[in-house]
Formats: sequence, structure tokens, C-alpha cells
Amino acid sequence: MEKILLRNIENPRSADIKEYIKNGGYKDLLLALKMQPGEIIEEVKRSGLRGRGGSGFPTGLKWEVALRDPKSPKYLICNADEGEPGTFKDRLIMEKNPHLLIEGMIIAGYAIKAEYGYIYLRGEYPYVKKILSRTIKEAYDKGYLGEDIMGRGVKFHIKLYQGAGAYICGEETALIESIEGKRGQPRIKPPFPASTGVWGMPSVVNNVETLSNIPYIIEIGATAYLKIGTPECPGPKLYCVSGHVKRPGVYELPMGTTLREIIYTHAGGVRDGKRLKAVIPGGISTPILPPQNIDCTMDFVNMPRYGSALGSGAIIVMDETVCLLKVCERALRFFAHESCGKCTPCRIGTKRMLETIQRILRGAERDEDIESLLELGSVMDAASFCPLGQTAPNLVISTINHFREEFESHIKEGRCPS
Amino acid sequence: MKQQSEKNTIIESLIKKYKDEKGNVIPLLQDIQDAFGYIPEDAVDLISKRLEIPESKLYGVATFYAMYRHRPGGRHLIQLCTNVSCMIMGAEMLVNFLKNRYGLEEGGTTPDGRFSLMIMECIGGCDTAPSMLVNNDFYGNLTKEKIEEILEKYK
Ligand SMILES: Cc1cc2nc3c(=O)[nH]c(=O)nc-3n(C[C@H](O)[C@H](O)[C@H](O)COP(=O)(O)O)c2cc1C
Ligand code: FES
Repeated sequence: MEKILLRNIENPRSADIKEYIKNGGYKDLLLALKMQPGEIIEEVKRSGLRGRGGSGFPTGLKWEVALRDPKSPKYLICNADEGEPGTFKDRLIMEKNPHLLIEGMIIAGYAIKAEYGYIYLRGEYPYVKKILSRTIKEAYDKGYLGEDIMGRGVKFHIKLYQGAGAYICGEETALIESIEGKRGQPRIKPPFPASTGVWGMPSVVNNVETLSNIPYIIEIGATAYLKIGTPECPGPKLYCVSGHVKRPGVYELPMGTTLREIIYTHAGGVRDGKRLKAVIPGGISTPILPPQNIDCTMDFVNMPRYGSALGSGAIIVMDETVCLLKVCERALRFFAHESCGKCTPCRIGTKRMLETIQRILRGAERDEDIESLLELGSVMDAASFCPLGQTAPNLVISTINHFREEFESHIKEGRCPS
Repeated sequence: MKQQSEKNTIIESLIKKYKDEKGNVIPLLQDIQDAFGYIPEDAVDLISKRLEIPESKLYGVATFYAMYRHRPGGRHLIQLCTNVSCMIMGAEMLVNFLKNRYGLEEGGTTPDGRFSLMIMECIGGCDTAPSMLVNNDFYGNLTKEKIEEILEKYK
């Protein structure tokens, strides 16, 4: 497949505006500015683009709600919080192809009639902040941002906003609270941000990768775009591969590539001649898969059929030496730390699950611990306020389902079979 | 340690920079931290007075975000990731190494004030796990030897 999101990134100066323009950059913006906002949204809807931030929500629909809302000003927010452990794709776009993101944002802003955009960048990426600041300045200097873009009477401004280390701020309503200068705790939905977002105004929140698809959709049109990926989930996808593979990294492939192909063909398979033990396919909030399930196709629609989810496309590959209980323990420490504290099932549930796993790891020999993990997990899934608490148990529950003997061996024999 | 009056001047000028901006608290706290290495109590006190935001509310915000520090730290901040991808690639060994070689504990500072250590959740460098930040610089594919060599650069 031709590279779309990672086009030209081998070029050491790919982030430079001159280089970007030389490769056809900002041409799609001019095309878009000659269309009506409604026409752009129609094209994005027809392209079938789904949000790459994890939920897979159809992008065009969200835009339409914001455009139709009578309130103004409207805001376009780029979610660059990239907090799901195992994920590093947005970072690559922002480091190597930042003008693609900016071009996508300007088009999106024009389509929803927003005059202001924010990039909410995670605090852990200070070196990306430097790059983006320069990128934004370059775009202003060239007249792609500002009061009168390319002389077409369109106004759009971008402000870079930096987070300060809170995973929950990747959730769109918590992100909005954070932009407003508050603790990043999620709001109840509805109302959705597209109608009531930042400062109570219509706000579209989109992931970095989602927005970076927009120029290409404008360039080749929805019909051609639909030929990439699967009919239900079209387009290219950035898969992040880490862990025990020969070639970890970001791979741009058609949406719906099988997990097996990604791990074995692209990432080179398990390193050091070891056996594959398990894969976390979409970041640590998605259920784990045993080796017999890796023929799943990595897209939003098919992954649930295999008992997991695409999530952020963060694939963590683990070989036979890994103790899955330790992995669960580490993941739970993360969720317990990142729970925002707003609701009890998540705030207390993550802690109780963590303590239970730690007890098993200490060899406490309590058979009932497995059942209590399952029960806690189902309560958290059912009763948590937002997806953080609902998905925090996924890894543990799926590990019990697929690798129960590993839990039992820890409980009965006080040791790890691996 | 900066003189109190000099410190106040810096804080006042930062507050002025953000005074009329909506959602100003988080970037302001960030700038304060960049200036002092942490968020001093007097800064919260001054922000509260100038922006007319209750101190309790400011502390609510300042303590919500993991990257805000409330005590002075060392000259250089090491932020080492131990989340899953880094863990399975050996981050725990590095935590032990920092402890044995530099006497650094999680959240602690070396006696000579040279380094502080924060244990991080994923910092988005999983393909080069284990990874860390030193101040604003990213380093991946870490080993004990490599960490030692990198830290030499930070005096
Ligand atoms: C706990 C939590 C963390 C999230 N973190 C991110 C994130 O880091 N980046 C992101 O784009 N979306 C994240 N999301 C999803 C956002 O809420 C939102 O759906 C997304 O930004 C919408 O953009 P998209 O439609 O382009 O995917 C997170 C959601 C939850 C519940
Ligand atoms: S898990 Fe350490 S950088 Fe992602």
C-alpha cells in the first residue's frame, strides 16, 4: 500500500513546511476551500472514515452535528493526548509529518465552521511541543492559518495546549474540562461535545490520526478512499507494535490487516526464537488474545467478534517468558493511578483488583480470589461512569478466561509456570 | 534558591501573561513549574489573589495532574517508564540500577541534588522500550550501560 499518513517520513526534513509543500502539501486545503462546508462533510461521511482515537465513531456524522448546531463560536479540538499504554503513532505523525495534521485540522475547521482549533498535546511529549510550535508558526507565516487563509476569506487559528500527565484527559469530555483549566474529570453524555463542548459551545474532538486522513480524502475523493481497508472500516491504519518482536515500530497498513500478518510479516515475528505467548491487540484497556486467535482482522467491527477490540491499534507482543499476572498487576497499577476518582466502581474497584492480584502474586493460596476478580470486573464494567473504569478490568478478565491455569498455578503452587 | 522578591517578580509576570486568557490555570502552572522546577506554595497564593480563584480550587487542579511537582527536585529530572511494554523489556532492572548506582528511589533526589527520579506510565516510546525522558529529551533502547553514559551528559 502507498504510504498516506507516513508519506515521505524517511526524509530527515519531512517536518519542514518547504519539504511538505514540495510533496504536494496544502494543495488539498485549497481544493477544500473551494468546496462548501456541507460538501466536505458529505465527502467525509461517504468515505466511511471512523475515528482512530479508539471508539471508531463515524467522523462525518460528528462534524455534521457540530455544523448544524446554531451556537457559535465552534471549536475543533485535536486529541493528541495519546495516553493508552502501547501507543506511539500520533507521536510519529506529529514528529515527522506535522503539517499533514495541521492541513487536516484547517479543513476540518472550515467544514464545521470553527474559527478556533486546539491541539491538546500530552505533557510527556515536550520535544513534540517544540516541533508543533514551529509547525504552527510556519503555517501562519505562509498564510495557511490566520484571518484570511489563502486569500479566501476563511479564518482559522490553532492554539497548542499541553496536558500534564493524566490518562483520563484523553477522554474527550475530560479533555474539555482540562482545556477549561479544571481537573480532568469526564462529563455526563449527552450532551455530546459536538453540541456542548468547550465553553459550552459546539466542539468536535478528533484524534491526530483521524484528522491526518482528511487531506487525502479530499485529494482522491471518497470513492477511491473506500478501496483501502474494509468496506465497514475503510482507510489506512497505523499499527503500533511493541514487545518481543524483531522489528517493533509503527506500520501503516490497510485497516483490517490480520494481527498475524502485522506481527509476523511486518514486525518480523517473535524475537530470539521464542514462542508467542499472548498479544494485547489495542492497548492495555483491550482484552488479551492467545496465539490461536491472531488471525483476527484488526478493525473496529471484527475485533469484538474475536473477543477483543482495535482500541488505539497498540499491539503488545509477549513471548513465553512473560508472567501474565505481573502484566495484569502492572496494568492495574496504571488504572488505579489514573482513575480520576469521580465514580466509586472505578476508584475503589481498580484498587481492590490490584490488591487481589498482588495477593495472588504473594502466593496467598486463596481459591476465591479468581472469582472475586471476575465479580469485581463485572461490577466495574456495568457501573463505572466512563470507559476508563468499564475497560480497566478487560485485561485481567480476559487473562483469566484464556490463561486460567496460570492464575491457578500461582494460587496453588505459589509460582509462575512461565 | 532565588531571592523571595525576585521569585515574586517572576510569578507576577507569568500571571500577567495569562491574566486575560480563558482556561489559563494549567498553562500558568506549567510555566511556574518550568521556572522553578516545582510549584511553590507562594505561587499558588499569588495566583489565587490575582486571578480571584480560591486556593482550594487551585490545589485541586495542581494535585490532579501527575506531572506537577510540589517539592523542589534535583537539577535534572529522570522520568523512567515502567508500563507494560517497558516492563517486559526490562524496565524493572533499570529501576534497581538507578537505586543501586545513584541511590535514586521513586520520587527521590540524589544527595548531591543532581538527579530526581519519577516513575512514569507509558511515555509513547514503547517501540524503543525501555524508555525515559531526561528533562525534555527522550531516550530509548535503554540498558544499564546506556543510562550511565546518558546521565554523564547531565551535570
Ligand atoms: C480513558 C480514555 C482515554 C482516551 N484517550 C484518548 C487519547 O489519548 N487519544 C484519543 O484520540 N482518544 C482518546 N480517547 C477517546 C476520546 O474520548 C474520543 O473518543 C476521541 O478523541 C474522538 O476522536 P476520534 O473520533 O477521531 O477517534 C480516550 C477515551 C477514554 C475513555
Ligand atoms: S510502555 Fe514505556 S514507553 Fe510505552
